[in-house]
Amino acid sequence: MSLKKGSGEMELKALKIRKMIIKAIGDIGIGHIGGSLSIVEVLTALYYECMNVDPENPGKEDRDRLVLSKGHAGPALYAVLADKGFFPVEWLATLNQGGTNLPSHCDRKRTPGIDMSTGSLGQGLSAAIGIALGCRMNKFNNYVYAIIGDGESDEGQIWEAAMAASHYGLDNLIAFTDYNKMNIDGYTRDIMNLDDLGAKWSAFNWHVQRVDGHRTDLIVDAVGRAQKAAGRPSMIILDTIKGKGAAFAEEKLASHNMAFSPDDRDSAIAALTEKEKTYA
Amino acid sequence: MPDKDMRDVYCETLMELARENRDIVALDADLMGADGLTAFFREFPEQSINTGVAEANMIGIASGLSSMGKIPFANTFACFASRRIYDQFFISSNYSGLNVNLTGTDPGISCQYNGGTHMTFEDFGIMRNTPNLIIYEPSDIISLKALVMQAAASPNCTYLRLHRKDSNRIYNDGETFELGKGKVLRDGTDLTIIATGFILVPEALKAAGLLAEKGINAAVIDMHTVKPIDEDLVLEYAKKTGAILTCENHQAATGMGSAVATFLAANYPVKVVTHGIKEEFGEVGALPYLKERFGFTAEAIAELAANLK
Repeated sequence: MSLKKGSGEMELKALKIRKMIIKAIGDIGIGHIGGSLSIVEVLTALYYECMNVDPENPGKEDRDRLVLSKGHAGPALYAVLADKGFFPVEWLATLNQGGTNLPSHCDRKRTPGIDMSTGSLGQGLSAAIGIALGCRMNKFNNYVYAIIGDGESDEGQIWEAAMAASHYGLDNLIAFTDYNKMNIDGYTRDIMNLDDLGAKWSAFNWHVQRVDGHRTDLIVDAVGRAQKAAGRPSMIILDTIKGKGAAFAEEKLASHNMAFSPDDRDSAIAALTEKEKTYA
Repeated sequence: MPDKDMRDVYCETLMELARENRDIVALDADLMGADGLTAFFREFPEQSINTGVAEANMIGIASGLSSMGKIPFANTFACFASRRIYDQFFISSNYSGLNVNLTGTDPGISCQYNGGTHMTFEDFGIMRNTPNLIIYEPSDIISLKALVMQAAASPNCTYLRLHRKDSNRIYNDGETFELGKGKVLRDGTDLTIIATGFILVPEALKAAGLLAEKGINAAVIDMHTVKPIDEDLVLEYAKKTGAILTCENHQAATGMGSAVATFLAANYPVKVVTHGIKEEFGEVGALPYLKERFGFTAEAIAELAANLK
């Protein structure tokens, strides 16, 4: 299922996903709301436009793959996978409840559609390289996508992976940085300044783009350009807002793993419902 | 012609596997030559990955490859395989339910002149915390080949503790082995010496000879698999001999001996002495010096065994 770019369908889908995330986390009252809401548009662009995946055949060998290296944003990916039909939407109500198939951090053993278990920051990009190498060995004509966090970019393993992906010439690997400018303990510039993040990835010989991370149309276009970048991996830096779209969390430093009330949940969902009407 | 070094037999085994199965992939972090894998990398460039000095990245890549149906063997010194990248191996490989075979070379005193920084006496202890991980240390070239073949066929992650240089031949060609099942090398009635690995298994056998001269009849078991420990065999020999001495090139508190003692304490309490490193770091030296220094000689083992009896 692909949504028509420029018709408002992608924007409406992103609003729907955002509501599903706020509902799922809000029902249990605490969770990684900030970093989940900041990646809604990139997930929407990937799963409804760019990626070759089939909920009817989730194990299809030559499918595209996604490694959500910032694994704590699992709830965002679960909303998309549920909406796509990888598992029943009702599962979202079980988020983080004992025995659930939808734990905080992505678990490939539990959740249909999850390609890699993540949660210990810094590890996912290396796994994505392994997957991309495996796809190349198997001569698949597909893409491996990875999403890392800006705080996660403090991890040394990210830069081990950065060096390796270009060394191996992995042009089937397209990564995103969710650049929401916030770590857990404060602003990224104060905790560990990333300085010119694009220049860093360029120095590692990646094809680098920087786009508004809340514009699905711009993300889709950037992915198209990344797919044409021959001989090297691509990094798309997404300028995003942590907690985007939920008044209680948006641009709040505390939004990383945040408790919020049913009232906050309901008013945020109501506001998004209002916004949906502007696309009617 | 002298027997081949352990690492050369390891490499030949991986090459034999790779010829049959193009999904076998060898990875190394700039120790390809030291780990004995140059021939593999030369013959199978499409099935070889050198990550440079980046062990964490190597394990992540191995995990990703496994998720694509590959059978990766990732190699580095034991100190880096355990201390340096345990979280990556734990989460990206084991927790993820993948099939990554990790090999840590030069364990314990076998790293000799690399000394205390590299002298890994804790890798069993670290790795034993990992659910479903198979941990093994073959004592000679015959068991090495057989057990690596089984590791490649196992759906579990594995950790191979591999003595790199030199050669042992304890078993005859054609001897059969099973991961998780120890081998009785010598039967006995007075006590049982359970040993693991390239250095301690031969010394334990020699120690049994010394004990026999004193009229002590010691059984010797090669416990090549540390996890899962062979509970049936441990129980059988605890009942049969009533006393156990474990020997390993590792911390006594957290390795094979610890697994044996914990099992027996709950199931058939007999006197167990765990011989290994006690509350010490490693140091540089040649192998004969280090064996004396840490009591990894037949004489030291025989003395412990005689006192136990």
